[in-house]
Order: sequence, then C-alpha cells, then structure tokens
Amino acid sequence: MKIRFWGTRGSLPISLTASQVRDKLIAAFTAAIGRQLDSAEQIAAYVDNDLGFAIAGTYGGHSSCVQIATGSAEHIICDLGSGVRPFGQSMLARFGPDTPQTYHVFMSHVHWDHIMGFPFFTPAYIPGNRIVIHGCHAELEEAFRRQQAAPSFPVDFSQLNAMIEFDRLEPGHSYDIAGMRVTPKLQKHTGDSYGYRFEELSSAGKVAVYSTDSEHILDDNAERESFVEFFRAADLVIFDAMYSLADAVSVKADWGHSSNIEGVELCQLAGVKCFCMFHHEPAYDDATIASVLAETRRFEEITRTGEPLEVIAAYDGLELTL
Amino acid sequence: MEVSPRRHDNILILSPHGRIDHAHADAFKTALDKHLVECKSGGIQVILDFAAVDYISSVGLRMLMLAARQVKTQDGHIVIAALQPLVEEVFKISRFNLVYQVFHSVDDALAELGSST
Repeated sequence: MKIRFWGTRGSLPISLTASQVRDKLIAAFTAAIGRQLDSAEQIAAYVDNDLGFAIAGTYGGHSSCVQIATGSAEHIICDLGSGVRPFGQSMLARFGPDTPQTYHVFMSHVHWDHIMGFPFFTPAYIPGNRIVIHGCHAELEEAFRRQQAAPSFPVDFSQLNAMIEFDRLEPGHSYDIAGMRVTPKLQKHTGDSYGYRFEELSSAGKVAVYSTDSEHILDDNAERESFVEFFRAADLVIFDAMYSLADAVSVKADWGHSSNIEGVELCQLAGVKCFCMFHHEPAYDDATIASVLAETRRFEEITRTGEPLEVIAAYDGLELTL
Repeated sequence: MEVSPRRHDNILILSPHGRIDHAHADAFKTALDKHLVECKSGGIQVILDFAAVDYISSVGLRMLMLAARQVKTQDGHIVIAALQPLVEEVFKISRFNLVYQVFHSVDDALAELGSST
C-alpha cells in the first residue's frame, strides 16, 4: 500500500510568502558558510542531508487530499481539498486523457476546505472517467452541486462530462472497494465528520486510517475505546493534529479538531506503527510544524510503554510505502 | 485520589500522588473540586504541588484546564509547583505552561503568592 499526500493543510490553503522564501535562502546560505560546496553534487547533498526539511523544503499549503494506492486499477483518494488539483494533473500526465479511469473518493465531510478542489479536478471534465464519491452525509451530493452553482463558479456541476456517482455509506459497516475493506466511523465535528479505516484485501494486509477533522472527548471512556479499536494495530494513522492540547481543550474547544498529544496517546493505546500529523494549522510556518514534530516525537518517547510509535508530519508530496 | 491538603495562612497546598491518567483523572477532579469552591477573590489561594505526580495524560490535563477555568470565573488564584522533569516537558509540549503559572518549588510559589496577598 502506498500513501501519497497531495494536500495536508487544515481549514484553508496557504502558500509561502516572498519573505518566507527569503528567510529560507538566508538560513541556507548562512549555514553554508565555510563549507566546501563547489559542485552540484555537493550542494545537493548539503540540501538533502544537512539543511533540514523546514529550510530545504516546505510542508505545503494545499487543503486535504490523500491518495491511497493499492494494486487495483481503480484509484482511491480521501477528500477533495485543493490538493486534488495536482493529483488530477498527475493522473492526466500518467494515463493521458483517452484512457478512462475510475476514482473512488471517500469524504470525511463536506466543509469547504474538503470539497473546494473538485471544480479544478480535470478528470471530472473528461468523458469516460468514472468518479464515485462515497460518504456518510445525507447532503453529500447537494454540497458538490451547490459549490459549482452560479454565481459561485462558472461551470455548473451538470456540465461535468465524467460519470459521477454518489454512494451513501453507513458508519460502522464495511465495504469492499478497489481492493480495500473500508469502514467509516462517526467523529465529532460540526455537522459530523467520518474517519475511514482501509484494510488491504490482498495478502499484504496493510491497514491505514484516515481520521481528520475529529475532536476527541477526553473524559469519555467509551469514545476513547471506540477510537482505540478503530485505530487498532494500524500501520498508519493520519490524524488531525491541528492544535496544541491546551488550545484544543480551551479556546478552541468545540472547533472540531484535535492535538498531537491526543493522537500519540490513542495510537499508543491502539498499538499503531506510525502516527502521521495532518491538517496542519494554516497559521503555522514550516519552522513551527518542524518544532511541533520534534516535540511530538519527544512526547512519544517519554510516554512510551510498549513498542516505539513512529511519528511523522505529513507534507504535500510525501509518499509512504507501508 | 488523595491530594493531602495542608494550609499555609490563606494558601492551600494540594499534593496529588502518582499518575493522573484516564484511570485516575476522575478521582483527581473529585478530590480537587471540593477545595476549588473556596479558591475565589478574598478566599484561599491554591498551590498544586506536583512533586509526587510522575505522569499526567491528556485527560488529566483537561481536568487542570477545567480547574483553571472555574478558578478564573471565581476571580481566584491557582498555580502549580515542583513539576518532575518529564511532567514539566509534557506541560511545555501541550502548552499547559501557558495555562498555569508554574513554579520550580512550593517555596517559590509560596513566596510569590504570599507577596501577592
């Protein structure tokens, strides 16, 4: 199973500003003083190995979109945030416009940052493509049609040439789709959201959980146990770690998001292998996310009672092989 | 959970013990709550002596947030002292060091609260 992150930012897409790029360049050149950097190879090695991701790269700014690739010819993606635009372009580059493709989309919910990329998903305009939008919300189809209705967008949903279907799922039920057993779970978020557990049907049997836009009720033992079971022994849990714990239980309580601390605790209880921080706060720059990542790794270390839990932070373009 | 209350003039020192995790957070809150009603303007001030707390989980931290909120609405004053090094790290990582005024020792907290009375 391969996971590719096309959009990892929470709530609103962002981009690097000119001053942030300048700061990265200054930091990179400053750190290079006194180094032997006389060839492209030496420079590449310095950037890749010594500079650190927060300077050499960026976590990116597209809103939620995650691809889950299996051996199936049909494609699976979670959410249609702005990250689905580059995903669509990559599919066109790979398969061309004349080879029809099937896309299965699993929607956490229909808040704007999770649907806004769909009008820019080029495969939706190409006849022959099939797009199945799976989700648990009654208003799933209405939300997509509404965002493309005049005066909000120049192309009405009805003008999309791909075959587009909506598939209403029931939380707690399992469905075999595109080589995966998929189980949705209700989560706490304004208007509800749903996480998805993906279990590979092939002998590899890898498990990935996509759980974003989910607030956790810390003093509800039944709720905690239900999420521990949902995450149980997963190879990867993609988790809404938007806020600090202090914010999540105070000024941002009931905003429908969670923290790195709650994510690590749940994954430790569930025996998860890799915890992936996702839905990054749009106000956070690269240095802040890198700092939170380092702190979260330390938190995992000092609270560990069993096997180590790998802790990573998602970024646009990250590809994982489970 | 016993929080071993002891008085120092108008300052109440509460000393929880052990782990404040999902198994013990409710007992911690119950033990704390009966003292918090007096933590108000013109009433007692509270120092949470965490010297014997060797772990606090997210649910325990949430109880501390509820306590801080209650005391704030009562115009009272509650602080924390003597965090063990690993618990102090958890406070920083969770940003609870921004929620509570944290003192290195109970004596430091007493000096601060005593001077503010």
